[in-house]
Formats: sequence, C-alpha cells, structure tokens
Amino acid sequence: MTGTSYPELLWLTAPEIVVAMTALLVLVLDLGLLRRSALAFRFGANTLVAGMGCLLALLVLLNFPAQGELAVGMLVVNPLTQLVQTALLAIAILVLLLVNSARFTTHVGEYCALILFAITAMMLLVSTQNLLVIFISIEFLSLSLYILTAFDKPSRQSAQAGLTYFLFGGMSAGILLFGMSLLYGLSGSLALDRIAIAVKVSPGDPLLTLAMVMVLAGFGFKIAAAPFHMWAPEVYQGAPTSSAALVASSSKIAGFFALFVVFYLGLMGAAGSAAPKHYSSGWAPLIAIVTAISMLWGNLAAIAQTSVRRLLAYSAIGHAGYMLIALVVHSRQSLAALVYYVITYALATVGAFGVLAALENEKVDSIADFRGLGKRAPGLAFCMLIFLLSLAGVPPLSGFFGKFYVFVSALDGADHFGLLWLVLLALAMSVVSFYYYLKVLKQAYVSEPSAGAATVAVPATTRIAVWATAALVVLLGCFPDLLLNRIATALR
Amino acid sequence: MSSNLPLVSALTLFPFVGGIAVLLLGRSAARLTAATFATVAVAYTGWLWWHFQPAMTTMQLEEVHALEPAIGLSYHVGLDGLSLLMLAVSSITVLMAVAASWNNSKQGPAYFAFLLFLETGLFGTFTALNFLHWFLYWELSLIPAFFLIRMWGGPGRARAATQFFVYTMVGSITLLLAFLAIFLASGSFDFLVLTQMAQNGQLAAAIGQNLHWRQWDSGHITMYLFCGAFLGFAVKTPIVPFHGWLASAYSEAAPETTMVLTGALSKMGVYGFLRILLPIFPEQMWRIHTILLWLAIATIVLPAFTAWAQTDLKRMFAYGSINHLGYCILGVVAVAGSSGAEPSQVSEKAAALTGVMLQLFSHGITAAALFWFLALLEKRSGGLTGLNDFGGLRRAMPIFSGLMGITLFASLGLPGLIGFPGEFLIFKGVFPLDWWAAALALLGLLMTAVFLLTIVQRVFSGELHDHWKMMPDLTLAEQCMLAPAIFLMFVAGLYPQVISGMVHGTVMQLVGLVRY
Amino acid sequence: MLAWTIYVSFLGAVAVTLASGTSQGLIRVLALLTTLAGLGIAMVAVAHDRSGQLITLARAPWIPSLGIEYHLAADGISLVLVLLTGIAAVAGVLFSWNVELRTKEFFALYLVLIGAVYGVFLSFDLFQLFVFYEIAIIPKYFLIAIWGSTRREYAAMKLVLYSFAGSALVLAGMVAAYVVSGERTLNLETLSHFPFPAHFQMWAFPLVFVGFAVLAGMWPFHTWAPTGHAAAPTAASMLLAGVVMKLGAYGCLRVAIMLFPRGLDAWGFHVLGFGSWQQVFAVLAVIGIVYGASIALVQKDLKFVIGYSSVSHMGFVLLGLMTLNQIGLSGAVYQMFSHGIIAGLLFAVVGRMVYDRTHTRDLGELSRLPLAKLIPFAAVTFVLALMASIGLPGFSGFIAELEVLIGSWHAFPWMSLIAGSGILIGIAFSWRALEATFLGEPATAPEQALPAITLPERLGAFLLLASTIAFGLYPKLLMNLILPVLSGPLFEQLRRGNWQ
Repeated sequence: MTGTSYPELLWLTAPEIVVAMTALLVLVLDLGLLRRSALAFRFGANTLVAGMGCLLALLVLLNFPAQGELAVGMLVVNPLTQLVQTALLAIAILVLLLVNSARFTTHVGEYCALILFAITAMMLLVSTQNLLVIFISIEFLSLSLYILTAFDKPSRQSAQAGLTYFLFGGMSAGILLFGMSLLYGLSGSLALDRIAIAVKVSPGDPLLTLAMVMVLAGFGFKIAAAPFHMWAPEVYQGAPTSSAALVASSSKIAGFFALFVVFYLGLMGAAGSAAPKHYSSGWAPLIAIVTAISMLWGNLAAIAQTSVRRLLAYSAIGHAGYMLIALVVHSRQSLAALVYYVITYALATVGAFGVLAALENEKVDSIADFRGLGKRAPGLAFCMLIFLLSLAGVPPLSGFFGKFYVFVSALDGADHFGLLWLVLLALAMSVVSFYYYLKVLKQAYVSEPSAGAATVAVPATTRIAVWATAALVVLLGCFPDLLLNRIATALR
Repeated sequence: MSSNLPLVSALTLFPFVGGIAVLLLGRSAARLTAATFATVAVAYTGWLWWHFQPAMTTMQLEEVHALEPAIGLSYHVGLDGLSLLMLAVSSITVLMAVAASWNNSKQGPAYFAFLLFLETGLFGTFTALNFLHWFLYWELSLIPAFFLIRMWGGPGRARAATQFFVYTMVGSITLLLAFLAIFLASGSFDFLVLTQMAQNGQLAAAIGQNLHWRQWDSGHITMYLFCGAFLGFAVKTPIVPFHGWLASAYSEAAPETTMVLTGALSKMGVYGFLRILLPIFPEQMWRIHTILLWLAIATIVLPAFTAWAQTDLKRMFAYGSINHLGYCILGVVAVAGSSGAEPSQVSEKAAALTGVMLQLFSHGITAAALFWFLALLEKRSGGLTGLNDFGGLRRAMPIFSGLMGITLFASLGLPGLIGFPGEFLIFKGVFPLDWWAAALALLGLLMTAVFLLTIVQRVFSGELHDHWKMMPDLTLAEQCMLAPAIFLMFVAGLYPQVISGMVHGTVMQLVGLVRY
Repeated sequence: MLAWTIYVSFLGAVAVTLASGTSQGLIRVLALLTTLAGLGIAMVAVAHDRSGQLITLARAPWIPSLGIEYHLAADGISLVLVLLTGIAAVAGVLFSWNVELRTKEFFALYLVLIGAVYGVFLSFDLFQLFVFYEIAIIPKYFLIAIWGSTRREYAAMKLVLYSFAGSALVLAGMVAAYVVSGERTLNLETLSHFPFPAHFQMWAFPLVFVGFAVLAGMWPFHTWAPTGHAAAPTAASMLLAGVVMKLGAYGCLRVAIMLFPRGLDAWGFHVLGFGSWQQVFAVLAVIGIVYGASIALVQKDLKFVIGYSSVSHMGFVLLGLMTLNQIGLSGAVYQMFSHGIIAGLLFAVVGRMVYDRTHTRDLGELSRLPLAKLIPFAAVTFVLALMASIGLPGFSGFIAELEVLIGSWHAFPWMSLIAGSGILIGIAFSWRALEATFLGEPATAPEQALPAITLPERLGAFLLLASTIAFGLYPKLLMNLILPVLSGPLFEQLRRGNWQ
C-alpha cells in the first residue's frame, strides 16, 4: 500500500492515543492547576484522572475493537494484541490505585504522566510486528521506567537503582539494535514476515546466529532472564514501590509478548529443537539454556535473601525461566499458556507490591519486618498469602494453572518428552521456591508480632487494589477458562 | 443337640458383660456383682452339662457363621465333652477365686473385672472351633492374666509378669505362624475341617502341594509346623523345659490370682494338645513320640524333685502343678504314640484319655483350692508362706488343717478323693502302651507324695510356735465357701462316672482319630 | 450426598472464621458439628452402598479447553477412606477441645484440611485430585508451625517441602499422562482403560508412585514423618498419621497402580537383583516395616516412638499394594483404614492425655511418674491402643496385617517372613513404651494429681476404640466395599497383566 490512511491509523491506535492524551492532560493539570494544593489532594486528583484515562482506553478497547494491519506490520491490531492490551490497562489501573497513597515525591504530575507514557509504550510494543517499532517502543518504555525508578529523589537507593537500570538498559538496547540491524541486513526488511522468509532460506547463517543471540540478549534484559538480570534486584529494591510494581508486572507482559512474537513470527525457520534426542541447533536450545540458568539462578539465589523485594526480584528471574519454556516450545498452545501465565503472574506481582506499598510507612522491607502481620493486618496478610502461594504454584490459584498449562504445552506435541528435562527442572525449582515464599508467610502468620507493634493502617485505595487483585488471582485460578477462552478465541 | 439359640456364644459373652458391669458399678458393688456373674456362669455351665448328650460324637450346640471366606474367617463354636469339662473347670475355678477375694480390700473393681474378662477368654478358648477367633480368645486370656499378676502381685511381680508375657507371646507367635502356613496350604482355619483333612491325608497332600521351601518334602514341613504349634502349647502347659515362667508367676501373683492361673489357664495347654495337636498332627506326634515321652517324664519327675527342694509353699505348689499336668501330657503322648496298626489297644487309649480328662478336672479343683488355702494362711500370717514358718497348725486351726489336708491328699491321688481316678486311669492306660515311661513316671508320683507329706508334717504337725497360737481358724463364712469344693473332691473321687460318663463320647472320638 | 462432606467442611471453616473471636466454646461446637456432619454423611453412604460400585456424585465441565472436569465419584475404596476421615476428624476435634491459643484459626485450618482430604478421596478427575491434594498442604504447615511443639518450624517446613516435592513428581506424571493419552481428559475412569504404551508406563509408574509414596512415608523418603508427627499438636498428628499419610497411599493405588499397571511388569533384565518395579517397591516397603519398628525401639521420646511406628505400619500398606493380588491389595486398603484409627488413638493418648498433662515425652521421665494411678483411663486406652497396634486379634489391625501377609506370601514369600519379624519388633517397642509410660513403679508418691481425663477425651477414645474393635471383629463391613472394586472395571488392566 502506498500511503498510510490516517483515519485508519487513528482508529487502530485509539486506545494508545487515549492514554497518551491522558498523560498530557495529567501534566497540564498538575503543573498548571494543582501546584499549590496539598500533596494528598494532588496525588488523588492526578491518579484519578490517569485512572479515568486508562479506564476510558479500556472501554474503547473493549467496545470498539478494531482489527487491521498497517504499513508492513508496523501496527498490527488483532484480538490477541487487544487482549494483552486489556491486561496492561487493567494492571495500570491497579498500579495507579497504589500510587494514590504514595507520598514520596512532589512531582506528582510528572510521575503519573511517566506511568502513562510507559503504558502507551507497552501497548505499542505489543501491537507491532516491525523491528523498528519494537525498538522504539522498548526504548520509550525503558526511558520511562528508568526515570520512574529514580523518582524517589531523597533516597540514594532509588537513584542508584535508576542509574543501574539505565546503564544496563542502555547497553542492552545497543546490543538489541545491533542484532536487529543484522537481521535487517540479512533480510532487507524490518517486517517480521519478510525476515521469516529470509531466515527460512538460510537458517544456518552464522550472522543469523549472532543476530539471534543479540536479540535474545536485548530482550533477555527486558524480561530479567539470567544472565541478563543483574539490574533486577537493585531496581526492585531501590525503586519506589509503585514503580517497582510497574516494572515487575506490566513490562514483563509486554516484554514477553514481544519476545515471543519476534521469535515465533520472525525467526521460526531457525528454531531448532531443544529436545536431547532430536537436538538441532537454533534459538530453541539457546533459549532452553537461558531458561535453565534463569530457573536455577533465580530460585537458588532467592533462598538467601532477607529483603522481600530482592526475594521477589530473584523469584521474578525464576518465573522468567518458567515463561521462557513456552518460548522454547514455540507452539500456539504454548503461546496461550505464556499469555495466561504472564498475565496472572503480573497480577500476583502487583498484588505483592501492593501489600508492600501498604506497609511502606512501616519501613517494611526485610522478611523479619513481616513478623506477626497476620495479627497486625489480617486482611493484608491474607492477600499476601494468596499472592505468594500463587507465585509458588499452589492450586487452586492462577499461578498453579499457569505452570500446569505451560508444562502441558511443553510435553504436548509429536515428540512428547523431548522437553521433559526442562519440565522436571521447573518442578524442582518450584519446590525450592515454595520454601522461600513460605518463609515470608511464616513470619506473617506463625511468628508473634514484636512488642509494641500496632495494627497497620491501610489506605482505602490500596486496600481496594490489593483485594481486587487477590480476587482476580483466585478467580482465574479456580476458573481459568474465563481467561483461557478469550485467549483461545483470540488465537484463532 | 444343636439349637438355634446362640447358647455357647451367650455363655462366652456373659462374663465379659459382667466385667463391664463391675467397672461401671464401682467399688462398693464390685465383689457382689462379680460373684453374681461367676455364680450364674457356673449355673449356666451346669445347665449345659445337664442337657449335654454324652453319647454323641459330633459337636453339640454348634454355631457357624461364615464371616469373610476370603481369609477363612468364620465364627464357629461348639461343645463336646472336652469343652464342656473345661468350661466347668473354668467357671468353678473363677467362682472360687472370686470367693477367695471376697475379703481382700486391695482388690477393687478392676481386679474383679479382669477376672471376669479372663473367664471370657477361657470360655472362648474352650469353645471356639475356628483358629482365628480361637486365637483371639487365646490372646485375650493373656492380657488380663498379665495385668492381674502385674498390678496385684508381690515384690517381684514386674519381672514375673514380663516373663509370663514374653514366654507366652513367643509361643503364641509360633502357633500363629504355623496356622497361617496351614491356612495357606489348605485354605481353612477351621479345626474340624482340618481334622478331617488330616485324617484322610488331604492335609499332607495340600502342604506338599502349596508350601514350598527349599525342596523340603511335605513331611519335613509338617514337622516344623507341628513344632511351631507344639511350642505354643508347651509354653502354656507348661512342659519342661519351657516352664521357666511359671514358678515366679505363680508365687509373685496374689494367691487368689494364682487360683485361676493354675486352675484354668494351665488347662489351655493340655486342651490345645487334645483339640489341635492330636487330631491335626497325629503322624508328627507319632514320629517323635519318644522325644515327647521324655519331655513328659521330665515334666513329671523334675518338678517333683524341685518342689521338694523348695522352702516356699507357693513355689512348692507351683512346681507341683507342673508335675500334675505332666501326667496329662504323658497320657496324651502315649496315646499318640501307639501305632494305629494295633486296634486292640483301644481300651488302653480310652483309659488314658479318660484319665487325662479326669486329671484335668481334678487338678483344676485341687490346685485352686490349695492356693485358696494359701491365701487364707497368708492373710493370717501377715504375708508369710514359707514351709518352715509354721508348725503345729493343726492344733491352732484344726478345721483349716483338716480341709487343707484333704485337699493335699486329693492332690496326691489318695483313693476316694478326686485325684485318684484320673491318675489311676492314666497309668492304667500308659503302662500297656509305654511301660518304661509309666515306670519312670511313678518316680514322680513318689516324689509328689514325699513333698506333699513334707508339707503336712512341717506345717500342720510338730511344735506350735507361740505367735501362731492365736491364729484364728476358718470362719463360718469361709467354711461355707470352701465346702462345695471339698464336697466336689469327695463326690468326684467316689463317683468319677459323673465326669467320665460325660466325656466318654469325646474320648472315643479322639481315640478313633489316632489312626492314619 | 457424599459430596457434602467436602462442602460442609469448607463451610464450617468459613463459619468458624466468621464467628466471633472471643467465644471459644462456640468455635469448638461449630467444628464438632461440622465434623460430625461429615461423619454422619459418610456413615449413611456406607450403609446404603453395599455393592462398592462406582457412583458419580457430581460432574460438570471445569476447564473445557483442556477437558478437565469437576468430577466427584465414590467407589468402595473411596467410601472406606471417607469413613476413616470422618471418624478421625471427629476424634481430632474432641481431642483438641483444650486448644486455647488462636482457637479460631486452629479449627478453621483443621476444617480446611479435612475438606481437602475428603476432596482427594472423592475426586475422579486427576487434575481435581491434585488440586485438593495440594490444598491440603498449606493448613498442615500452619497447624504444625503455630501450635506444634518440638522444633515445630523446622518440622513443618520439612514436611511441607517433602509433600510439595512428592506432588511435583505427581504433577509431572499427570501432565505426561495427559499428553500421551491424547484424549484431552484427566478423568480417572477413562484413563484407567487407556492403553498407555508399555515403555511409557515403565517410567511414569515409578514417578507417580514415588511422588505419592513420599507422603505415605515410604523408606527412604520417610524422614519428614517422625519429626513432623512429634512436632505437630495432637489433632494434627492424629490427622497426619491417620489420614494424610493415607492420601499418599490412596494416590499410589488410585493413580499409579490403576493407571499404569504395566509399569509393574518385569523389565526383562535385572539391576542389583531387582527385575521389576514391583520388587523394588516391595523391598522398600519391607525395609520401612523393619526399619521403622527398629528405630522406634530405641527412641527416647514417646511421640517419636509412635511416629516411627507409623512409618512401619505404612510399610504394610505399601507392601500390600505391591503384592498385586486381591487379598494383598484389600489388606492394604484395610490397613489404611485400621492404621488411621489406631494411629489417631496412639497420638491422642501420647499427645493429649499424657503430654498435655505431664509436659514431658521423655520415656525416662515418664517412668518416674505413676501415671497408671493418676490417669487410669489413659493407661487402659493406651494398652488397648497398643494391643491394636501390634495386630492382636479382635482389633482391625490383625485382619489387615493378616491379609497383607497372606497376599505377600503368594507374591514374595520371603517378604512375608521379614515383615512378620517387623511385627515382632513392634511388640517389643510397644512393650517398652507401655512399660515406661504406665507401668512405672516410682519410689516417691506423686506430688500432685494430674487433671482428670475430660469428657471430650473420653468420647474421642471411645469412638476410636469402638471403630477399631468393630472392624476387627466384623471385617465383612469393609471387605464388602473393597473387594468388588478390586474385581471391577477400574482395575481391569491390572488384572489382565500380572495378577497373582
């Protein structure tokens, strides 16, 4: 097609536009009108507007679903991308509810706007099949996240985290770009489908291998897979809680989805197989190794952590491993499994950070600070129980079903047990993860609160956010078809 | 006769219910309740005796209910002469024990309850015809006995009770294993069925077919099974050299308890020989009957000598008890040892077996009575029961001495008293069958006479010490309670037909079994 | 109707949680009513069902995209175990009447555990079974970690990690079965008929069997059991040893053996003298029997004695399972029931009656207290419990062990003998425990009296004693339920192969 039809572009990107507009609106609102108001009011107003914007975008997405493809895959809108965008927006709303009770900065408008920009970037990232747009979205997303991480100016940890994130991110962006340029060179196009054709022709090309490794490294950074995960513990610990929540949840969704799309649509020809009996070189065995390392490193390192956030960071690395199994399998069923897993994982993570946000006034970070939470804040502790058990993979919560579905997709297929080794490793690491999650819960429920510890006052919005998330986690665990059906329909 | 009413089961359960009642009604009513139940049990047994048809050779009052054929579990009880005799001994002995315990304040509801539970175990053992619930009662009699010794005994009671338990348990285990093996071979736990199978050679064939162990032939395997079963009963009787538990148990237990131990529990061993070993393993008994005879002789002679060397009355009577049951074993073994090729020895075998049964009854009554007297003596003497502690008691307590003397002579086997017909018939039967064994056994008879007379002399005659001068004689109540037992000793001694007539059918049936 | 055992338990848990935190009496009564309801339903169901056939209680699609259903069904074996759960649950509540600390949470967790256990026994969809199985793990952790005694946090963590690891293995097997069968269903009935390839069954069977056997306390994966039982509060150890270990054994039978019977076939070659998984697990079972009993013999802590004896008794269950003949398998299920009751009784005496009063479990210290005089009811109950535990006739254990021994004689004669020796060692350690606890002869008179045995304790003891004696004297009740299942269609594949 010769030109781009702007009306169609507008129509297809309506949700993203709404969110971006909301960001600008928030900026104007805060910088213009609310400069003098009380901090609490500013937070309230800004998050309200931001939330409304996201909600509006969500409604647009659900009620006016547009389908279409533009400009050699630069923009692809189909039911699957819309489903993922729905999830992103829902998580955004939850994060904004958490932001509502934050008080760590006076630059409220900027903060909310950056969050919304990050969301926009993520939404763009999932609805494209063009390398350039992918890179631009990733960069847009990353820049927002770097700043969000460093936003807590008085805290030295936050600044350090932001800097670490930025340095690592910058470096991996460079690697990613290099890999993408190699792909361009090999195929002469930035569109994934053209690249796929080229890859099919010469799958064994050493330059292709180099390109795949670099792209994997770039994405690996984004999703915090080992050995590209070094930034994660610092960022999870240092960033303000709501920023960390955003990093941990929705950026994972977007990152994984984009990763899957790139490899599945673009590089399928060079996939190879990671099954020991039918080994053939390609990116699948490569990712399998990354998967194994992530699962091992993440879970084993988490055992020794005393800070809850670092524990969540390392467990995130482990979970990245589980999710990458779906990529190693590279089938439609595994994509469905991946989408389900990453969405429910994001929900549980947001919930966990929500609990941490509620406890922020208590300066809770180490596991020992959770002592007696069951008595001090029973509702909060119960929700934490749900989130951590979901992350551990205990039925009937959604985390379990996610893992189950991933394992089913891993073993389903003509060669049933090629990837059995990965599944067994994942199961073993699940058991290990159960241990460290239980450590936190032990402090919360088994240990008595230290003398003089008062009940925790939980802000209303945080409470709503946490309970809503917990309810979703349980609901999606008991009735996974609610989500699975939509995914299945979308995949068709 | 067979009846639709579960008469035998009711009899077995009756003392159990009594035991529960005693526990529930508390201390004040304990002994009365126990006495009531024990008396009714005796009466019930008497009633059954009255209605028993001695001429029948099959089981009477049988009740059969198949419970779980897959594991051969069926509820099968029945009465024949032997069982009825044992029921009589048990019920009378327990009643005597309850009467003896009447004035003993140390014994509360638990004691009487245990006695009654023990009675249930005894009744059950003597009427059960399927190994599984027979074994249940066998074990069930062990537990109350253990506690009776353990909780109301003398200073050494812990060790005595433990020994009792361990010995009996080991025997029970070998018995269980032997029967498990038989079940695996034959598919049945029922005594009557197994007897039948042993008689027509089916059992040997089944063992040969189904039990394989390192190429041993079926004869070898059956011998080992027999040894396992034998051990169980040998410990119970007891037969020398498995008797180590008895002397301590009998002497450490309260004499009232020992009455039941010696009067009824010891009969279980011989009963096992007659009900199980002889019918099911006749060939094995025949094969090693010389060894068994030597064991029987040892059981007769050695304890008699040992008793003579004792200085404690309880221990003397304990060893005497072993000696008396040795005669029963001698009779059984001699019958088993006679070859089936000589049908002319039927009358000898019948005599021996009748003698065994009479001796069982007699020993039950007399041994229980002897320990009753010991209980009375112990109370009056403040705990002393040594042979040399007394002297000239017949001057201080003439009635006591007289009655105890009668009992001693009955135990010795004086003609006219209960002990004579049994021992006489045993010797009458054994002499023709195995004369040398009978001759050696006479030695035991001699030694028994010696030590019993020694008791008479040391305890009743001789010089009366000062501190025994004021020893009270038997009260009227005690005399009345003892009277029936003494009466029985005379009646059964003068008219043994009362008993031998009743068991005649069973005896002939057993004799008929000893051919293969 | 049986499904209500699950629902009532969970509803009870919710009711207890919502009940006012201060009225402990109300909470206890609620818990008791809930468990009694469960028991009542179970008894009614057992009384109605004489045939032992499979009855579907509820069936609805749950996750249609994967073909997973919400499927509750019960056959004779399920009924036996549901009855056990009912009895054990009521007894546990009665013996926990004195829990003062955080009563509400205690009973809420207890009821959730019971509900999950009912769920496992009534599930006929493998996914659902797994879900209930896992749900049972979390309450266990908290029950031990909060209300337990010796080294409770360590014991709780160990137990839970072992359980989780075992269930991880089961999950692997479950997913494998799902994909290999290609039928997109996890219905146990359907899968029991599906002819899985023999070589697949050859490794799927041990995977799933070991996964469940960890929870059943199979040697050498049993080490969580004694520590866990000793650390747990009375009701928890009653449930743990009584019912939860049976979850593992049930899984071994219902999943591993029923779905992958070819995995028990001979390999055709020998490794270390073993020629098939049947032999391997039979040997492990027998080692468990003897080892458990031997270690119990040298323990100084009374609760550890009972804990190790549980390992020994569960060895009988596993041995029975490996005999692969009708009588051995029915003996295994009978032993599951019997040991559930007896273990409950033993822990009740040791934990509630003795430890709660004397605050010591050391055999040496206990022998210096004249417990037989102070708490005679406990003494009698303990004697009866030990009699039942060593397999004396008249109690349910005798029937169970008899059947297992007969069954194993047919399959592997040597094992019967070794297992029999385990019983002998059992007599020895039971004796030792009894001697130290209640037959001690202290020189000094007791300083003060111990609190009397309360009514709930008596009721609980009567319930358990009555159960073990009733089913010891009249085994037909349960055998009628068990035997038809073993000769029914669910185990057809097993029978066609190496039925002995």
